[in-house]
Amino acid sequence: MTVQTTATAPAREDRMLSLRDRDRILSIVSPIGLLLVWEIAARTHLIDTRFFPAPSSVLKLLIEMLGSGELLTHTATSLRRLFWGTVIGGVPALVLGIVMGLNRTIRALVDPIIAATYPIPKSSILPLALLIFGLGESSKIFMVAIGVFFPVAINATTGVLEINKIYLDVGRNYKADRWNMFWTIALPGALPVIMTGFKLGIGIGLILIAIAEMIGAKSGLGFLIWSAWETFAVEQMYVGLFMIALIGFTLTLALNELERFIIPWKVS
Amino acid sequence: MSAGAINLRPVEGTGSAVRPAIRIRDLSKTFGALTAVDRVSLDIAPGEFFMIVGPSGCGKTTLLRILAGLETATSGTIEIDVPAGSARPDNSMVFQGDSIFPWMTVWQNAAYGLRMRKLPTKTIKEVVGHYLDRTGLTRFSDYYPHQLSGGMRQRVAIARAFANDPQILLMDEPFSALDAQNKLLLQEELLHIWEEHKKTVVFITHSVDEAVLLGDRVMVMTAQPGRLKQFVPIALARPRNIMELQGAPEYGELVHRIWSSLRDEVQRAREIEDKIGVDP
Repeated sequence: MTVQTTATAPAREDRMLSLRDRDRILSIVSPIGLLLVWEIAARTHLIDTRFFPAPSSVLKLLIEMLGSGELLTHTATSLRRLFWGTVIGGVPALVLGIVMGLNRTIRALVDPIIAATYPIPKSSILPLALLIFGLGESSKIFMVAIGVFFPVAINATTGVLEINKIYLDVGRNYKADRWNMFWTIALPGALPVIMTGFKLGIGIGLILIAIAEMIGAKSGLGFLIWSAWETFAVEQMYVGLFMIALIGFTLTLALNELERFIIPWKVS
Repeated sequence: MSAGAINLRPVEGTGSAVRPAIRIRDLSKTFGALTAVDRVSLDIAPGEFFMIVGPSGCGKTTLLRILAGLETATSGTIEIDVPAGSARPDNSMVFQGDSIFPWMTVWQNAAYGLRMRKLPTKTIKEVVGHYLDRTGLTRFSDYYPHQLSGGMRQRVAIARAFANDPQILLMDEPFSALDAQNKLLLQEELLHIWEEHKKTVVFITHSVDEAVLLGDRVMVMTAQPGRLKQFVPIALARPRNIMELQGAPEYGELVHRIWSSLRDEVQRAREIEDKIGVDP
């Protein structure tokens, strides 16, 4: 039994590496496959092209809109809001979450507030955000920030609480001060779980930015989709949807790469 | 003198060979109704390699954690001699099991104590370089712990403690998770590094062999509540060769003596566990 395990261990490790590469390839292949099936179904009129136009016709419009610069403006606007929302929601959430993980008193104080506000659907706060921040940029950024805040704060707390107690003992025995307990132990120890929080949060942020831009906005991908509905420009609607999907997809890939880079000790 | 806290006693000069490095008086620690450590008093001499053996659950780890400042005693006092004006830490601990940070390289782990003390980069480089060399880890400076074997990880933990240059080294069964061969190698390496400065060491083990191979004196503790049962001096010459020693007749006698003292306690610990239904 033991002999067998040691004998097969290196071989399994080799295969693990190629499995990772295979996963990366598969994750690109599957969306392309779906688009292909869709194109065929639209051309053979298996599906109603008034609601489901062929990807090729959407692509044609997409290229046109890229040429006019219109699409890039909308995409850049949404991305800018997503970025600032992530920063404004994520950074305080990160600090609060780690402090909650380290300090029992603060955890006891803040935990009930988070538990009570977390289940509120964030989209239902939009009217309030419009009331407080008006129709400008800040209400959009606020919506993203709210969406990013909760998963990051909750994951940061969980991440710190899950750090093996022995590491905190080491910190105390080696006289790490508060700052170093945070910076050299709590933050790196919780980082893998915090990254998951950011991935979740940015995903929610993307949903919320689309919703926020549909109401009371003059730009952004959400606005593009909404105005397409008003003019029954279905292909334009798909261009907007496609861009949002593309952003989500690219961000996931980018965050996975970022994770490999900033958490080099993570054993996958 | 306040109970429970560690009192650091500044000492002028080095002519204090007659004074103990650590003075423990009537030290007790209770957790609710459970008495983990019961009125332990002992003196540990400067430069002594002091071993504590006892059955599992006898409070030996608690005693060490109190010395490390990670727990406070319920009553009693501890005094640790420190040279007056010295910036050296009073203790550094090598923990049981994996305790080096997975998110730091070997180098960063070994340098941790010195970095926390904010020593100049040049000093850190010299000291860490020296101890990584002594533990045979220089080649692995930039490795992360998950790339190392269990034995190498524990060598990093030892390098981290020695590099911090404490007055006292505390070791909590540092080799218990290792296989027999690695254990032997690390015991030898530990003795080599220790010979360099002969720091005061308090070392916990459940292995009688280890206690005799490494120690100058062995303290046997009783099963719960943990009391001092007996001191056994180990008058074996240093530097020691572990391989040769294991064949020597004195070695066998000492192991036998400690084991017969410990045996009743292990038996008793087992009965206690059976009674309260703790998973052994």
